Amino acid sequence: MLRFASIRLLRAMITILAVLTFAFVVLRMSGDPAQVMLGPDVPQESVDAFRKAWGLDQPLWIQYLAYIKAIFTGDFGVSMRDKASAMQLVIDRIPATLQLTIPALFLKVVIGIPAGVYAALHRQSAVDRGVILAAIFGFTIPSFVMGLLLVLIFSITLGLLPSGGQDTWQHGILPTLTMSIGGIGILARFSRSAMIEVMSQPYIRTASAKGMAWQDVVWRHALPNAAVPIVTIVGFMVGSLIAGAVVVESIFSWPGIGRLLVVSVTNRDLAVVQCILLMIAATMVVSNLIVDLLYGWLDPRLRAQSAH
Amino acid sequence: MFSNNLVELRDLKVAFDGIQVLHGIDLTVGRGEAIGLVGESGCGKSVTWLAALGLLPGKATVAGSVRVDGQEILGTPRSVLESVRGKRIAMIFQDPSSSLNPVLKIGRQITEALVLHRALTGQAAKAEALRLMDMVGIPDARRRFDLFPHEFSGGQCQRLMIAMALAGEPDLLVADEPTTALDATIQAQILDLLIELRAETGMATIFISHDLGAVSQVCERACVMYAGRIVEQGTIEALFDNPRHPYTRGLFDAIPRLDGPRERLIPIPGTVPHPRDLPEGCAFSPRCSHAAIDCRSRRPALSPMDDGRLLSCFHPVNQTSDLATVAASRVAEAVS
Repeated sequence: MLRFASIRLLRAMITILAVLTFAFVVLRMSGDPAQVMLGPDVPQESVDAFRKAWGLDQPLWIQYLAYIKAIFTGDFGVSMRDKASAMQLVIDRIPATLQLTIPALFLKVVIGIPAGVYAALHRQSAVDRGVILAAIFGFTIPSFVMGLLLVLIFSITLGLLPSGGQDTWQHGILPTLTMSIGGIGILARFSRSAMIEVMSQPYIRTASAKGMAWQDVVWRHALPNAAVPIVTIVGFMVGSLIAGAVVVESIFSWPGIGRLLVVSVTNRDLAVVQCILLMIAATMVVSNLIVDLLYGWLDPRLRAQSAH
Repeated sequence: MFSNNLVELRDLKVAFDGIQVLHGIDLTVGRGEAIGLVGESGCGKSVTWLAALGLLPGKATVAGSVRVDGQEILGTPRSVLESVRGKRIAMIFQDPSSSLNPVLKIGRQITEALVLHRALTGQAAKAEALRLMDMVGIPDARRRFDLFPHEFSGGQCQRLMIAMALAGEPDLLVADEPTTALDATIQAQILDLLIELRAETGMATIFISHDLGAVSQVCERACVMYAGRIVEQGTIEALFDNPRHPYTRGLFDAIPRLDGPRERLIPIPGTVPHPRDLPEGCAFSPRCSHAAIDCRSRRPALSPMDDGRLLSCFHPVNQTSDLATVAASRVAEAVS
């Protein structure tokens, strides 16, 4: 188990390092922050001074080494725009994003999974067909279309809910809904197919042949087996708790990480973009790690495999 | 009404999506009796008992009558079926490894049945489960109680399935090809175990197999099934010494003999017809060397013979006088 955990941990760190390297190189190849920050008509001396001040006059590999070294000492850089700690800027925005993504994740799980499981257990029924149809609508409509559609209905036509901002809890409803609908559809579909697969297995027949009540067969014998594929999808959703809101935050002018990312990329605010990407990679990696550990707990066969 | 018969199947019919696969099975199982069901794959052996216990998927329609101790269970609420399953009639299956739940500890899977049928809980249930594991020949049961199915071999999984089936102290054990997925040496062990357990517990056994040798070891009586019908039924001696239905005869001819000179095996030509396009008349007639013109137009009923067996054939084998009839009808067929 220790060996298993340490291998996974090492792999996680390599993943994060790869993301950081990629972000570092691509950001510096894709445009000059000095140009964007200072504007088009500044004298060359100002540009040179800016570059020197931020270390951009150094060769790329020296900048990179300095960056990595700084990260290991807990220094994540300074925003070129706000002259404040980049990490602090990012951390300040996290609560706003989680205000949307956590309720959205909750909705996805408590609506998507039961709907999929129910549909699987009542295959070919009207409810099953309804769930499939709704799920397909849910995850094929892109979030920017869904967001605008909801604004059109609930804000403009019905005048029930605000269409942007963060002032009251009502402001959170539309963005949360927009974010959760696709995920509900995906989870419903995955839970349904996982459950159909499991219910056709011989051990389910064995459990019935034993004389177990049908709901016990479902709860004790089928669901634990269907959990592995479902947990995989939920894991991805947990992993994108921080990243998942770029489009929706922009539509609803919600001051979260997603908005910060869009603004920082436009401004070439290198340190901030790198911090956000580090955060996103770290959450994804941590949730993958948790999912891996859950696999072992859910399915003893996988536990046996990873031990070797 | 008290019936001395444990289980009675009357005119049991099954259709999948409107296609009839079981055409009316009549079978009576007495207390403590061991009956074999033989026939090629797809002839309805397993379906008969899955249907009787309501274990077929939803697209199956089942008709007829299934009585346990005279009480009808077909078409009754789910709770009635659940009280029969495992308690009165237990069932074990062909592929033991996939018939055990991979994510539940083996001990728990056995104790579940004890909780359901014998109201044992906690340490009492565990002690009884250990006794059952010991009884079916799992060595070191105490240590292996908390292992998962993948940590046991195929043969041991089948032993565990049997232990689970015994947990409800059933009156009838339906063993659906219990040895087919196992090695030959393990097959023999499982057969011995089934024979032994029947002797100890006195439970009736239905042994579903295409292995006539295995059936003869376990059972006193056998039904030969073909295309969803019983075509011949009798004691093991009657069937083995003097098979009358050409299909039964064909099954014997296809078995290699250990004693006597090496002979070429005689396969039954063709395959079992698909339930969707069964031939008119006797379903076996297209593959039958005895078939005459009447076999292709009318279906012989399953009727009692002088020696007590049931037979569904117009032109059974081993009746020399019949040869003339066969020849005559062949001629008639050729002429028409």
